[in-house]
Amino acid sequence: MSENLITPENLVYQKTEAMTDRILHYCPGCGHGTAHRILAEVIEEMGIQEQTIGVAPVGCSVLAYYYFNVDMQEAAHGRAPAVATGIKRVFPDKYVFTYQGDGDLAAIGTAETIHAINRGENILIVFINNGIYGMTGGQMAPTTLQGMKSSTSPFGRDTKTMGSPLKITELIAQLPGAYFVTRQAVHKPANVRKAKKAIKKAMEYQKLNKGTCFVEIVSNCPSNWKMTPVQSNKWMEENMFPFYPLGDIKVPEDK
Amino acid sequence: MAKRGDVVIDIEKCKGCEVCVSACPQEVLALAPEVNKKGYHYAVKVNSDCTGCTNCAIVCPDAVITVYREK
Repeated sequence: MSENLITPENLVYQKTEAMTDRILHYCPGCGHGTAHRILAEVIEEMGIQEQTIGVAPVGCSVLAYYYFNVDMQEAAHGRAPAVATGIKRVFPDKYVFTYQGDGDLAAIGTAETIHAINRGENILIVFINNGIYGMTGGQMAPTTLQGMKSSTSPFGRDTKTMGSPLKITELIAQLPGAYFVTRQAVHKPANVRKAKKAIKKAMEYQKLNKGTCFVEIVSNCPSNWKMTPVQSNKWMEENMFPFYPLGDIKVPEDK
Repeated sequence: MAKRGDVVIDIEKCKGCEVCVSACPQEVLALAPEVNKKGYHYAVKVNSDCTGCTNCAIVCPDAVITVYREK
């Protein structure tokens, strides 16, 4: 029964050609892979593979340039929005995106992020927020939740001495240069579909030259949260989503 | 009647994260007792109830699942 279904005309889903065939180095169950894939799918669906330039960050996704089958540029830690600014100004007709984690975007790159968005650069910033520094061994990030354990806050984040988790997405939504700001997740099929729609919208808005589009994706870090991928997705729903609620934060008013 | 579907899993790329297993509404997928070359228990099809809904494929972080659905 099953053999006769596997024919080219029955094909409904396969890996997008906007991603290379390399095996992702991410840990099993990491949201980075899904986020890469939906961004690549949007690029393929819009037929803009030749016109897209991506900027890779430092962090777990530092090797993003191996996986996206588009032109990519590596940036110094946190400086992806600044590098993307340069690329977009030299090639105003190209689609430019940065792909950054929370340590990159919300810690060392705060200045670049805020100023690029304040200038209203016509770029797409994809921000993966897993509340931890993944690559370096699970240290506390600005986005680490109150009471959340990490290798540098082994008794949980104490807001008296370590500050409160930074809602960078709400912060940048206040800036006049931000055109479309949304927060999504990629742990369930429905969320993946919504996140993909948000990224597609953001890519389409880039044509209008109205300002920066910012898509946050709340993600998991099974290895550093010390959980299985399925447990970490559940933990994320119970703990991350109440503090980082999903949904659009700033939508274009002139629509 | 629901349409019939089928999935093809690239077992060498699968990391056995099990996200697809919980995403499948028909309980078609499970982890194999065997491991692939990297030592992961990969996802396999355990019955023929697949409807080709693509839920497993769109949550797969490693894009190892290809889905077919009868027309």
